[in-house]
Amino acid sequence: MAEPLDDYIDAVSKALALPVEEGWRPAVRANLEVSLRLARLVDEFALPDEAEPAPIFTA
Amino acid sequence: MTTKPEMTAADIAKAVAGRKMTARDATEAALARIKQHDGILNSFTDVTADRARGKARAIDADVAAGKEVGPLAGVPFAVKNLFDVAGLPTRAGSKINRDLAPVKRDATLIERLEAAGAVLVGALNMGEYAYDFTGENVHDGPSRNPHDTTRMTGGSSGGSGSAVGGGLVPIALGSDTNGSIRVPSSFCGIFGLKPTYGRLSRARSFPFVASLDHLGPFARSVTDLALAYDAMQGPDADDAACTKRDLEPTLPLIANPVSDLRIAVAGGHFQKNVFPEAVEAVSRVAKALGATKVVDVPEASRARAAAYVITTTEGASLHLDRLRKRPNDFDPAVRDRLIAGAMVPALLVDRAQKFRRWYRAQLAEIFKSVDVLIAPATPCTAPKLGQVMFNLDGVELPVRANIGIHTQPISFIGLPVVAVPVPLEPLPIGVQIIAAPWREAVALRVAYALEKMGVAAAPAPRGF
Repeated sequence: MAEPLDDYIDAVSKALALPVEEGWRPAVRANLEVSLRLARLVDEFALPDEAEPAPIFTA
Repeated sequence: MTTKPEMTAADIAKAVAGRKMTARDATEAALARIKQHDGILNSFTDVTADRARGKARAIDADVAAGKEVGPLAGVPFAVKNLFDVAGLPTRAGSKINRDLAPVKRDATLIERLEAAGAVLVGALNMGEYAYDFTGENVHDGPSRNPHDTTRMTGGSSGGSGSAVGGGLVPIALGSDTNGSIRVPSSFCGIFGLKPTYGRLSRARSFPFVASLDHLGPFARSVTDLALAYDAMQGPDADDAACTKRDLEPTLPLIANPVSDLRIAVAGGHFQKNVFPEAVEAVSRVAKALGATKVVDVPEASRARAAAYVITTTEGASLHLDRLRKRPNDFDPAVRDRLIAGAMVPALLVDRAQKFRRWYRAQLAEIFKSVDVLIAPATPCTAPKLGQVMFNLDGVELPVRANIGIHTQPISFIGLPVVAVPVPLEPLPIGVQIIAAPWREAVALRVAYALEKMGVAAAPAPRGF
């Protein structure tokens, strides 16, 4: 049975011309699940519209 | 007079400048120790013996001619192999980079240490492309813990931890993106300094995560750490992030009393997911310093998550072309993490960077009423090599992902930290002494006080 993230991995792999061999897929998927779970923690934190990112470009 | 592993950099420099020992003797002694022990420790990937002997001869000639020699005269040191060393390809723990041409010029920090009289004796093992907390390397084999060679050194500056912890050299350099100086310091029982982001030049070192990368020294004493750090400070146009602030020498300040400092224990996240040995180490340090106040660091778990997201995506961006062209030449575990990083949507990274600025403001507020925060450097002492899981409070957790949970929320906003070794039995463990930005001298002062009280010390290696 296909895992929920597999279609996404296939699409990004194609869009970035970044090969993902079948043997690597379970580990890539597991790592992506961790990254997205942690990113969700950040995503859930409400910040004001005016929030600036940490690195500020100086001309 | 010959050098012994317990001789500090300060001892060696004093003996060389005072004509009680030659730089050549100090260098030969280090090379002999490397030859005798590195077959077990596996901390070195390159030994630059000819270069070291040439440099040592030049220092001895200066001493004989009555010329002034630097504060590190004749002190052997080694660097993580992501530092450019003239004549070597900068492998950064990888197989792929070995195909690069040998570089022509040393990294800035090597140039500065050598200008102070230190003698480079080699390059050190590390986790591939610094994406590692274990010190294991599939291409070069693992660096081994000098207190128990069946255990991890911690990473990614594993060879640096092993070489200094094992007494092969008194000073080594490493890098710290999420904890890669503080973790090996903890597992190998030595002192490590991760300076403020931008304080030391990263010019001519192989990067990992530009917005989080720091370089810094390891040593067996706080005096040596300050000696090395002071010799490396200064602006550098070759590193866009390097500060233009004036030099702020720390050595003259480290012996100042700490009684006027406001010291607190970091609470919340920093008191969770820790083994009893980490609790004991923090408790000993807090007691010695009279620190009874506990300060909650808001959203530190989220800070760790944001650091993870920025790391995996910036790392993926750095390596994208190599992932396309030579995926089978990576450590498979590193490759699969980086590929996953390439797939994280960009807006989540932007949010992580915005959160970073918010979190920085929270810590700035804390540092208005506190000078130093104390926190564990690692949740545990060195795990076994190859160990994948550990059991914490009845819960099975992956080792690799959890080693850096207490270091990541600190480097995330570039705060200066000295990792001090607490010599517990049977294995040492580190504690982070964290100060406000640009206050390395304060963190070193507290570390020095702990060393003088005997609470922090680099134990003699006994694993080999």
